[in-house]
Amino acid sequence: MSRRWQGSFTLALLLAPALLWLGCLIVLPHVDLAILSFREREGPRHYVASLAQYRTFFAEPLYWRVFLRTAIISVLATALTLVAAFPIAWVIAKLARGRSGSLLFIVCLIPFWVSETVRTLGWMILLRQSGVLPGLLVKLGLAGVPPELLYHDATIFVGLVYTSMLFMLIPLISSLETLDNSLVEAAYDLGASGFTVLRTIVVPHAAPGISAGCIIVFMLTLGNYLTPALLGGKNSQWFTEQIYTQFITRFNWEQGAAFGFLLLALSTAIVVAGLRLSGQRFGDVMRGT
Amino acid sequence: MTAPDLLADAVVKRFADHVAVDSLSFSVDRGSFFSILGPSGCGKTTLLRMIAGFIAPDSGDIVIGGKSMRGVAPNRRPVNMVFQQLALFPMMSVGENVAFGLARRGTPKAERRKRSEAMLERVGLAGAAHKRVDELSGGQRQRVAIARSLVLEPTLLLLDEPLGALDLKLREHMKIELKQLQAAFGTTFVYITHDQSEALVLSDHVAVMSGGRFEQLGTPQDLYYRPATPFVASFVGANNRIVGRATRLDGQTAEVTTAEGWTILAQRHAAVRLGDSVEAFVRPEAVNLGRSESELPPGRVAHAGVVESLLFDGANSAVLLRETRTRREFRIALPQTGQFADLRVAEPIFFSFDAARATCFAARKP
Repeated sequence: MSRRWQGSFTLALLLAPALLWLGCLIVLPHVDLAILSFREREGPRHYVASLAQYRTFFAEPLYWRVFLRTAIISVLATALTLVAAFPIAWVIAKLARGRSGSLLFIVCLIPFWVSETVRTLGWMILLRQSGVLPGLLVKLGLAGVPPELLYHDATIFVGLVYTSMLFMLIPLISSLETLDNSLVEAAYDLGASGFTVLRTIVVPHAAPGISAGCIIVFMLTLGNYLTPALLGGKNSQWFTEQIYTQFITRFNWEQGAAFGFLLLALSTAIVVAGLRLSGQRFGDVMRGT
Repeated sequence: MTAPDLLADAVVKRFADHVAVDSLSFSVDRGSFFSILGPSGCGKTTLLRMIAGFIAPDSGDIVIGGKSMRGVAPNRRPVNMVFQQLALFPMMSVGENVAFGLARRGTPKAERRKRSEAMLERVGLAGAAHKRVDELSGGQRQRVAIARSLVLEPTLLLLDEPLGALDLKLREHMKIELKQLQAAFGTTFVYITHDQSEALVLSDHVAVMSGGRFEQLGTPQDLYYRPATPFVASFVGANNRIVGRATRLDGQTAEVTTAEGWTILAQRHAAVRLGDSVEAFVRPEAVNLGRSESELPPGRVAHAGVVESLLFDGANSAVLLRETRTRREFRIALPQTGQFADLRVAEPIFFSFDAARATCFAARKP
């Protein structure tokens, strides 16, 4: 009796930090934001319940266009990160042995010792009109005047893929490491080409890692503020910037809260759709990493 | 006489400064069961992987079904392999596993299904096509791995110690099954193993491999009764090894004297000359026991010993004794008649063997 009670008390103690974290930093603010988003200011310190904030979103084309654009670019950037990270993960997990594998992994990790702001500013130094890369292009005779490489959608992609790479690599490497090499050899031995081995053996095996990496990267990208703001400038039209504007510039917390919830709904919808499409379950994916 | 299914011509493979396969040439006849037997690190896996095409020989050529395999990738060779850990695809059903190779050849789906189901039936797994791989027992997986390869009707089936992962009982059972499958399909099997009993039971021909070379290639009976080198004599089957010098030669027989002065008689291998240091081998079952010298067959040299321990193992029971003068260990198989069932530890005993059934070789260079 008392031992059982002790057991559950210990469990409660052990879970307490996590529960406090969840409750105080995630659940409570979101409940408050939800309440905020469903009210409208009628006068000073006077609010009524209404759907006005959500109505504004759909009525104003700028808002939902930025919303869609953010979603599409995030999906594309996630796909690009996957394509770029897969060969690297394959090399680290399968081809490089022992020390050279961990060395390569550390090389991928090192940029993350520097803060994200500094890293992004690094890109600006490289890409701005008076920067390193445009200067190099002029020197090589590939351009007459130094081109402006910042503030394009492509620049945003570069920044997003770069920032997300590590978070795709880690789940990919851990799922590829568990792939038995003899499965690849067996498929090859039975007449499969390199691409067929990838399609029928490697990708199905790595599917939980691929999904986990994509979910993490997609959420990071969708919620990224710094990279689109710095590399895309005023043209970036990123939805998190709209939220920032509502909260900070316009003091319209109700509108900002509604935007926040729309973004949450969007990321949830896309992740669920992605898992449905690949026929996987969230729990399995997170266990696999 | 048809061309051999597999022909290796002076095949060499080096890894850094270590020669894994040292200028090997051999051929395997169509429809035969060929085993390569050797301890781990002898180069047998390297050889098998060269036949499969996963690694290329440094020099020499491998000819399969009359065609040189130089520059031919594994997925283009008429060879399939059963892997040590079987390597069944866990993401596919049993049927999909068997049909995998057919799909890669572009066989239409309906025929793929028909042929893979027919193949599963032949290996005794009718109706298992829809099952998941992890629902099968070890022996069933083994059969799926073989079916997956044989459905492609390869010229050669390579087997890389496929029984190693199974427990003893199942291994004994699968040995018989493998032999029956090979006889039923008539496909040429190339089998590598470090287990001499697997090689002896299964094969038509066995090559004993050591240090990248074949020590001997012959029928299992040849290897057992007429070993060509001391390595084969000590690696294949149990053997008593006696090291000494050839002190007298008499036709085919040599007298071997150990450092302690114990002498035995043994059949002389060609290269043995007077005064050479030699290794002699006597099979445990070639030795007779007796409680007195008069019980032993007449006309042989009798040796005396003391029972050290009794190793009861049903039909393979043996007695371990120490020769009185040298204190050397000597293993003797106990007769099935139960004649020596009452033997006790520390009991004095006499033994003898026919010189014709003991062999002596010039000693290996250390």
